[in-house]
Amino acid sequence: MISYWAIVSARFRSLLQYRSAALAGLVTQIVWGMIRVMIFQAFYSSTNAEQPMDGSDVETYIWLGQAFLAALPWNIDTDLRSLIRSGGIGYELIRPVDLYSYWLSRALSWRTAPMLMRAIPLLIFAFVVMGMSPPVSWAAAAAFFVSMCAAILLSSAITTFLNVTMLWTITGDGVTQMTFGLVLIFSGMLVPLPLYPDWSQPIINAMPFRGLVDTPYRLYLGHIPVSEFAGVLTHQLVWILAFIVAGRIAMARALRRVVVQGG
Amino acid sequence: MLDSLFIYRRFLAVSLRAQMQYKASFLMQLGGRLIITAGEFMAILVLFDRFDSLIGWNVYQVAFIYGVVNISFAVADAMTTGFDLFGDMVKTGDFDRILIRPRSTALQLAGQELTLRRISRLTPGLVALTWAAMNLDLNWTFANASLLMVSVAGGASLFAGLIVLQATLAFWTTETLEMMNTLTYGGVETTQYPINIYRPWFRNFFTFGIPLATVSYFPALAIMGTPDPLGTPLWFQYTAPAIGIAFLIGSLQVWRIGVRHYLSTGS
Repeated sequence: MISYWAIVSARFRSLLQYRSAALAGLVTQIVWGMIRVMIFQAFYSSTNAEQPMDGSDVETYIWLGQAFLAALPWNIDTDLRSLIRSGGIGYELIRPVDLYSYWLSRALSWRTAPMLMRAIPLLIFAFVVMGMSPPVSWAAAAAFFVSMCAAILLSSAITTFLNVTMLWTITGDGVTQMTFGLVLIFSGMLVPLPLYPDWSQPIINAMPFRGLVDTPYRLYLGHIPVSEFAGVLTHQLVWILAFIVAGRIAMARALRRVVVQGG
Repeated sequence: MLDSLFIYRRFLAVSLRAQMQYKASFLMQLGGRLIITAGEFMAILVLFDRFDSLIGWNVYQVAFIYGVVNISFAVADAMTTGFDLFGDMVKTGDFDRILIRPRSTALQLAGQELTLRRISRLTPGLVALTWAAMNLDLNWTFANASLLMVSVAGGASLFAGLIVLQATLAFWTTETLEMMNTLTYGGVETTQYPINIYRPWFRNFFTFGIPLATVSYFPALAIMGTPDPLGTPLWFQYTAPAIGIAFLIGSLQVWRIGVRHYLSTGS
């Protein structure tokens, strides 16, 4: 366990070095958030009908989405890719740690460090300048925190699964882009999930992707009451477990027939 | 001139053949891009399903504008991959190789690569435009049909101009500034909705600063025969796309200044 913690923290510290990329990301996401907020405001001002979610809740939902964007499973670990391409993967196999847990630990830092660097300044900006609202209650804040940790773990499990597919495809780009497309549509990043048509709600709710975005944000807003916290957290945990099991099986199969590139 | 076109075609043919060497990877990337771009269009449909109208605009009008903007950007994006990779070329000194060839630098970079998967944005754009055109009861006069062509050409030129400007900055910063993506991708995101829904300062920025509205929103109004809520006259809506072409010409001039200031990093 200690060795995995060392992997997480070493990787975390090295990722914190990329500050100028974080600044660029910050500016981009602020502009993006403003565009999206204006579009939704225009839609909300066109109707008097009761909507499944308040306009102001949608704004907060959008800012949370911009703040935690980097935590989504949107890319693969390029360091691992070059290891697989160069044959350096051979060294990974002789390390005295369980390879899957090692890769999952890497993914955890990879999803957390860049996200934290952007999230903190962006949230301060959204609170001070854009009038984003705080969590509805202390209980909601605590539920949001726990659910957000689960979201990061889910994202890391999906990322690790994508990394494992590179053992077959070498590049991994295609699978990653298809997965990220599904994530964007069904997590709530593109449109907050409660605004999708009513008939589609049961399907969207069963899928894993809401656990990345929609579940924690709606707990924050009180749109999912704290009394339902146990249920939605279980949904997240079940999918985390599913991706971990799938990742482990896929990795075991790949390693049985792995061909180390290079000589 | 003809000679340049010939060379450009050769460049593109080489690039396409190279990409087809990895068919499975190519198809998956194309699929992934399609899901993402189709998702954006689906978002518009979902929102109209909930809200019925967007301050007076109906879904077909928005789909029409969405189509024009996305087709323009897809064309520009596919043709300027070389400029996207330009930051790395400056860093490694590879740009020196381009300079010693007896052809224009802009032409060589444009022909560097025609990334096929970038065309995936074209599909939802075309689908949206066709679907909107079938439902809008448009009057396809010769003037309107040519205006649509000119507006897509103007839009593609404007986006290409932006990407060239972004690359030009690398002459001074030696890296491509990611922040400039806010203007291109943010511009697409912004102008695929009617520009009058935004706050005035923001709308003015995309009309007078980065004139993206002049190649999408204004000509689209003229084609649809919708009076502008912002009150621009019809003659302006017909001539506005020319601004996009002027923007590209201006950008290429700035590019030339950049080339003259180029100091190689290579050893």
